Formats: sequence, C-alpha cells, structure tokens
Amino acid sequence: MTATQPAPSDAQPGQGPILEVRDLYVHFGARRGKGPTARAVDGVDLQVQPGEIVALAGESGCGKTSLARAILGLVEPTSGQVLYRGKPIGRGTSALKPYRREVQLVLQDPTGALNPRQSVYESVAEGLRIHGVKGDEETLVADALARSGLRPPRRFFLAYPYELSGGQRQRVVIAGALALEPSMLVADEPVSSLDASVRGEILALLLGLVRDLGLSILVVTHDLGLAWNIADRLAVMYLGRIVEQGPTETVLAAPRHPYTRALLSVVPEVHHLETQILTGEPPDPTRVPGGCRFHPRCPALASGAAAAAGIDDRCRNEAVPILRGVAEHHAACFLTDESVKKESGSRVGR
Amino acid sequence: MALLEVNDLTVSYPARAGAVPAVRGVDLTLEPGDTLGLAGESGCGKSTMAAAVLRLLPPGTTTTGTVLLEGEDVLTMRPGRLRAVRWTEAAVVFQGAMHALNPVRRVGDQIAEAIQLHDKVGDRQAATRVGELLEQVGLPARRAPSYPHELSGGQRQRVMIAMALACSPRLLIADEPTTALDVMVQAQVLTLLEELGRELGLALLLITHDLSVLASTCERIAVMYAGRIVEEGPAATVFEAPAHPYTRALAEAFPTIGDTASRRNPHGLGGDPPDPRDLPSGCEFHPRCPVSIAVCPTLDAELWPAGEGRRAACVHVRDGHPELVRQVPPMPVGEDFPAHRGVAT
Amino acid sequence: MTQPTIEEPLGGAPQTDLTLPPALPPQLSPRAIARARRRQAAGRAWSEYRRNSIGMVGLAILVLFVAMAVFAPVLVPASKLDVTKATGTPFSPPSAEFPLGTDESGRSVLALTIWGSRVSLLVGFLASVISVVIGSVVGIAAGHFGRWTDSVLMRVTDWFLVIPFLPLAIVLATVLGPSLANIAFVIGITSWPGTARIVRAQALAVTSRPYIERARALGAGDWHLITRHVLPNVVPLIFANTVLIVAVAILSETTLAFLGLGDPLRVSWGSMLDSAFTQGAASIGAWWYLVPPGVAILLVVLAFTMIGQALESVLNPRLRGR
Repeated sequence: MTATQPAPSDAQPGQGPILEVRDLYVHFGARRGKGPTARAVDGVDLQVQPGEIVALAGESGCGKTSLARAILGLVEPTSGQVLYRGKPIGRGTSALKPYRREVQLVLQDPTGALNPRQSVYESVAEGLRIHGVKGDEETLVADALARSGLRPPRRFFLAYPYELSGGQRQRVVIAGALALEPSMLVADEPVSSLDASVRGEILALLLGLVRDLGLSILVVTHDLGLAWNIADRLAVMYLGRIVEQGPTETVLAAPRHPYTRALLSVVPEVHHLETQILTGEPPDPTRVPGGCRFHPRCPALASGAAAAAGIDDRCRNEAVPILRGVAEHHAACFLTDESVKKESGSRVGR
Repeated sequence: MALLEVNDLTVSYPARAGAVPAVRGVDLTLEPGDTLGLAGESGCGKSTMAAAVLRLLPPGTTTTGTVLLEGEDVLTMRPGRLRAVRWTEAAVVFQGAMHALNPVRRVGDQIAEAIQLHDKVGDRQAATRVGELLEQVGLPARRAPSYPHELSGGQRQRVMIAMALACSPRLLIADEPTTALDVMVQAQVLTLLEELGRELGLALLLITHDLSVLASTCERIAVMYAGRIVEEGPAATVFEAPAHPYTRALAEAFPTIGDTASRRNPHGLGGDPPDPRDLPSGCEFHPRCPVSIAVCPTLDAELWPAGEGRRAACVHVRDGHPELVRQVPPMPVGEDFPAHRGVAT
Repeated sequence: MTQPTIEEPLGGAPQTDLTLPPALPPQLSPRAIARARRRQAAGRAWSEYRRNSIGMVGLAILVLFVAMAVFAPVLVPASKLDVTKATGTPFSPPSAEFPLGTDESGRSVLALTIWGSRVSLLVGFLASVISVVIGSVVGIAAGHFGRWTDSVLMRVTDWFLVIPFLPLAIVLATVLGPSLANIAFVIGITSWPGTARIVRAQALAVTSRPYIERARALGAGDWHLITRHVLPNVVPLIFANTVLIVAVAILSETTLAFLGLGDPLRVSWGSMLDSAFTQGAASIGAWWYLVPPGVAILLVVLAFTMIGQALESVLNPRLRGR
C-alpha cells in the first residue's frame, strides 16, 4: 500500500451523483405551533459522487446532524428532496426499507450504538435478519467482521460490547453496516468518542472501504483535521446552510468564507491563517439573524473590510442565496465570492 | 520551593482480583507560574493523578509516595488541614465539569458556596467576589442568578473555572477542560486559561489527550502511558521532535492541516490503550510500538535523558539513538502493518 | 476476496491475547451458543441472588406457602371444610386435636388457613398477571411511540390512577358477581397504572438510545424494535415490579373478601377475617381465629417484598448497563 492515496478519478461520465439533496429544509416546530421553530436545516443542496468521501463540517447547532438524519430518512424533511441514484427516497418505514439496504449509518458513540445485551454476532446479523437476506448467515456475518478488520471473525461472534475496546466496538458497528453490502455510508462523528491513537485505524478502515468496495461516504464531523485526513470534498455548515464547499485541499488551503477561516484558524498547528477567535456561542437555530446569517459574528464585517468593499449593507439585509452546483469551490459570502456577489437575493432575510 | 512536587506517586484501585495500579511511580514538579501539560488517553492514569493531588480519590484506593503542595505532603495531612488546603492552594476543574453543577441552584450561589466554605464572609461580600470572578472568566456579572440549564456548555465551563478560582489558589488543575466543547468555544476556554495564568500568576496543570492543544498552550509537556510518564520536556520540542514512539503517535493522531504526508493517510496505532489490570511486560508500549526491538518486552523502562531538559522512557534514547524514533517512516495503518492486533484491512 | 482466508489474522499475533471466549465449536450454531450464554447469565444471576440472605428467607417463606397451597388437598381433606361435617366445638381454643382452634362452626382453623391459601395466592397471581400485562403493553406503547399515543395512553392511565380503588372495586364486584375470576379481574384492572408508569419511563429511556436509531437505520420496523430491543431491556424491571404487584394483589383480595365481596363459597384468608369479625370472635376473645389468617397474609406479603428487594439488587447493575 502506498503512503498516500491518489484522489479517486471522476466517476464514469453520465453516472451522476449517488446521493443528491435538493433544497432541503428541516424545521422542528415547538409544541403545537407555539414558540419559535428551530430551523435546523434551512436550504441545503449537496451531492455525493460515487466513490467519493464528502465531509460535512460545522459546530453544534449548525444542522449537520439533522441533515444526516434527513438523508437517512430518520427525520422527515419539511420540504425539499433527497434523491438516491436520481430517485427520491420514500417516506415511512416500509417505503424506506429498500433504500436502507443501500445507505447505512455509522453512529458516533459505538458504546451506545450497540445493544449491550446482544452479542457481536447478533448485532451484525440484525440487519440481515430485518431484510431477510438469503444465504448462510454465519458466513455473511464473518465476512462483514473480517472486512472491518476484526480477525479472525469467529473469535468475536460471542463477545459482548463491554468486552471490547472502543475501536473494536466501532468496527462492529461498521461491520453491521457492511453486512448489508450498502453503496453508501453516512458516518456521524465516527471517531470523536474514540481514543486519539485509535482514530487512525478507523479512518484508515473507512478509506479502505472506499478503495476496496467502492463505497461512497458522507462524514459528519466537527473536526477539520478529519476532513484533511480522508475527505475528497468538504462542505462547511453554519446555522442550517452550507456556507462553503469545494475540494478539501482548496477549501482548507484558501478558505473563502470568513466563518471557515475563523474555524480553521483556531485549530492548533494551523499557521497559514491568523488566529481569529469568534466571540459568543454557536448560535441558536430558533433565532436565525436576517441578512447573511453569519453577519453578527463576522470578523470581515466587524473589521470594516466589508464596509470598505461597499457591501456591508447587503451583509446586514440581504439573504445570501443557497449554494448550488458542486464542481468548483464556492462560498456563500458577498465579500469573497464573485458569483454569489452578483446574484441578487430577496431584500428581507429568509 | 516548588509549588507542587510529586514523588514516586502510586495509586491503586481495589478490585476483586487484586489491586489495579492506575498510577505507577510518577514524578512531577511545578514551579509557581509554570504551565505543564499532561497528555494521555483513557486508562493512562492522568485523571487519577489529578484527583490524587488533592486527595480526592474514592475510599479504598491505596496511595504511596508523596505529593508536596507548597512543601506539605497532601497524602499525610490531617483532615482539617486538608480541607483548608483544598481549593485555597490548589483547585481542580474536573472532566465533565459542565455536569458537576447542581441544576437546582443558581450558579452564583454555587460559586459563593466555594468562597464561604473557606472564608467566613458575609453574603454581600461573597456576591461581590462572585461578580468579580465571573468577569474574570469572561461572563457578565449579571449572569450570577442564572441556573445552569440557562447557560451554554462553554459558559458552564467558565463557571466551573470561576468556581475553581474562588479561593485564589496558586495551582489550577484542569482535567480535559475542553472535551465536548465546540472548536471555537475550546479556543475561547484555552485562551482564557492562558490569560488567567498570566494575570494571576497561576500555575496550570492541563490534562488532555490532544497533544496539539498542549503544544500551543503549555511550556512543558509530560506524556503518560499505562500509569507512567514516558516522556517529558519543553512543549515545542516534544511535539515537533518526539523522543518516544507513543508521543509521536499521539502527535500524529491529529494531523497538521496542509501537510501532504497526512492527506488521505491517517496515522494511528494498532491495538488499544492497555487495561491497567492486564499490563504488558517490560515496556508497556511494546505491543503497539512501531520501533520495538527484541529487548523491549523485558526492558525496565526508565526516563532516560533525551536532550536539554528532556527525558524519555525508550530504549533507543537510552542507547543514544533518539533519531530512530523519528526516522522510521510513520506507519500508515494498513495491510502491511506487522504484528499488531486490531488492524484495519 | 483476494486476501488470505479471513480466518487467518493478518501477520503476527493472532487475537488470542484478547480475553474473549473460545472460538465456536463448529457443530453448534451461534444462536445455540447465544442461548447457552443466556442460560449462563441466568445462572450467574441466581448465584448472585443466593448471596442475598433476605431474598433467600423471602423465597423460602414463599415456597412454603405455595407448597401449602398446592398440596392442600393432600394435607387436609376437603371434607374438613364442610360445615355440616364439622366435629369440633365452635370457638374452642387451640388443642391437640385442633392445633389452631375452631371457628364458629367447629371447623379446624388450621384446615381453613391451609385451604384459604389457595384462593388468596391464586387470585393474587392471576390479578398480577392481568395487571402486569395491561400495564406493560400500555407502558411500552406509550414510551416507544410517544407523541399522540403517549398522551392518550397516559391520560387513560391517569384516569385509572385517580379513581379510588375500593369504591370502584366494590361497584365492579357487585356488578360482575363474586367469582374468583371476577375478583382477579377487578384487582387487575385497578392496579395496572403503577406498572404502566414505571414501564413507560424505562421504555422512553431505551427508545432514545443510539442503538434504537441504528436499528431503525438498518431498516427495522416498530415490531422488531419493540420485541428485540425495548422488551429485553424492560423485562427485568417488569419482573422486579411484578413481585411487588403480587403482594399488593393479595392484600387487595383480602380486603375485598373481608368486605364480603369475595366468593362466598370459597374460603380465603380475607373471608376468614370477615367471618371472624361478623361472628364476634374479637369480643369473645377467640384470637386463634383472627391471628392465623392475619399472620399468613403478613408473611406472604413480607416474603414478596423481600424477594422484590433482593431482585432489585441483583438486576440493578444490569439495568444500569455495564
């Protein structure tokens, strides 16, 4: 195995993205319509190409978890579409069942994700049993465990979660997902609750799955370093919108959105940006600011750079349009992105 | 006189099958105003050490060695003196501190409690001091009557820090103060700790598993593994040129963004941090070590000198070849990874 | 796959240094082994229970009474209960022939007590089964489905909780008639809300756990989630709770019988107490008529309480998870 992987070549022309999210909104209403709605996902377009790893990064409250769950059908979107191989996914457990064989979930906390009363065998076999997959169950379970690096697999059949380490538990969760031979994985913070030294092997496993099985992966994370480690493309979310997306190298080497810049600048060991610590807390999805939703915390606005460019009025009052299209590197910022600057949005924030 | 001097500290927890050693012979020194980072993962004993400094361990634990706080041994103090010393000379901000706040009491009252337990001051004086403390940690004084659930995670962490500062200690021990916080809030809290250290002349013992955080916040770093310190030295050199292979693995676990060596190439170690009940023989790191040699399973590893103000417990350092630790190319965790369990496909 | 067979570990040390159970013998399927393992776990729970002396005492008492109830026809012929065949002097104190004295008709109080255990225990168990089944179904449905289902079910539960037991029981018993089955039904119907609330709380906790979400993502429907995940985690709680419900049910039966609502043709401890009072045993000073049924009830209820307490201590670590 070579030290670095070459970037995956573009998928066969004309194949289209394996997963596409169009104009997605997920709003959580308060009880019986009283109280403000939480606009968890507030207009997102996203695509994942076959064989690609896309990282969805942001802080808590940005909506990345809600977006991932809407993609998996665990949460019903308020409006918008999730398209798998070009077709919208259904609603309701039975309509979603065939989709769920193809797109699987890897959760954050491997300890919580496994039923402590079920052995490893039963946890991995669960998916097979739900879908009534034909074939020798033992062999399928063993294959899945082996592919996630637990070898020899039979030794693990009878183990219970409490007997395994964090890394092994996460591998069991991944095996459970792989048993169904999915085409895509959605991984929600797959390594954040694991020890630092164990992180690498799980990330390497994910890379290996893309290389060997042709999986596509959508990774939700708050860790930009993880994106650097494994992701082909990076999308940064803030308050329910994607504020910047593009190939990982370009986004992290030359971020265009002030939020991405600030986020990247506080990562220790990042030296190519001046450290900008944003004041205040990550904002509340029930109180989305008007105009550009980042403007109350934007260093570019606060420092006068926006005023100097003559667009500070737009920042405060004009909603930034949803980022569409995927090939280039673009950011939802009037100041730094030419294409966005030219688009005219509505006067009042949405 | 050193502010904190830990000598040969050993802490064992009771268990049915015999005592489990969580900390095995640790030496540490902190002068007033020093910042020391203690790095390690789960099971390495760092939290136990933090609790041991103020004798806050659960009953039944066996502790040997000495912990000298301003010259007095905490482990042999009488209970009355211990209570007086706790919080006034050293204070701890524990892991998961955000959940350590009483949900049915206002935060101002909880901070005042810390003050009034030690100084017999009236309520009004305590309230003024509470206001000062909150300002010091970057919260407006008018938040004192809030309940914990009205504050965000980062704000609660600041309240915990304010509580720790209530009696003007000279040493602040922060155990994983930024885990579970967002990146931006983490940066805010770390900057706060640094500033407090400077303004108040506090000595800071910062415990975390993220080596890069320590590299930017502390002057010195000590790395713990399986209950022992395996490397210590100035922060920058320990981070950039580690002398122990475990330190190197920790440093590489969180990649440097922009470094092509880690692009699509996650670094890690095979296997898991060892269970204190079942430690490997010799150098405890040898089963996972990429540069282990034949003698390692029987080696009694000590901290050997590894340069200016540095020590490391690796045989290569003892033999005078510290560069071996760094020269071996980083092992990408992959198919060719020899002799390690739990390896990825 | 082009790699070596999956059985071989990749290079170097195999996984044997992990403290895992030995590999599966090839003849047995994983399911069979899993079942065997569950049996082992049950065995461990039992030895843990054995260490609890209070629980063992309670169990011993219960076994004694159950044996007494089961073997009643063997211990005391049914004819002894026949009023027409009573041989003793009414209200005679304990003697060699009648170890616990006689009642107002000259029947042996000991015989009555032994036979009375049958009704008390039977009705108690039956009522508990009804109560636990209803309570568990309601609790699991409310906890798992949430929202509308939860609101509706909880309002129903509250309604039943609020209705005073005794008046309702009296009304129902009067309307339905005094048979054993009806009494059991009445008690069951009025005591399920407690179980429902406890079960609902646990079901809520389990449903919000990540492995439920994972199972949903795998494609599981509600039936699978409830039977495979929620139920196994709720059963220990139900079990511990049931034991206490039985105690309450027995007491309730006693109360109803004491009030004259029980089956008049059957002897139960409650009916004995009822007869004792109505026949004026207290004023005569015939303590031997009042004390045995009272003590029997006390002992049985105490036994169940002790068992319940011991069960909680055995099952609690499991409930909290490792």
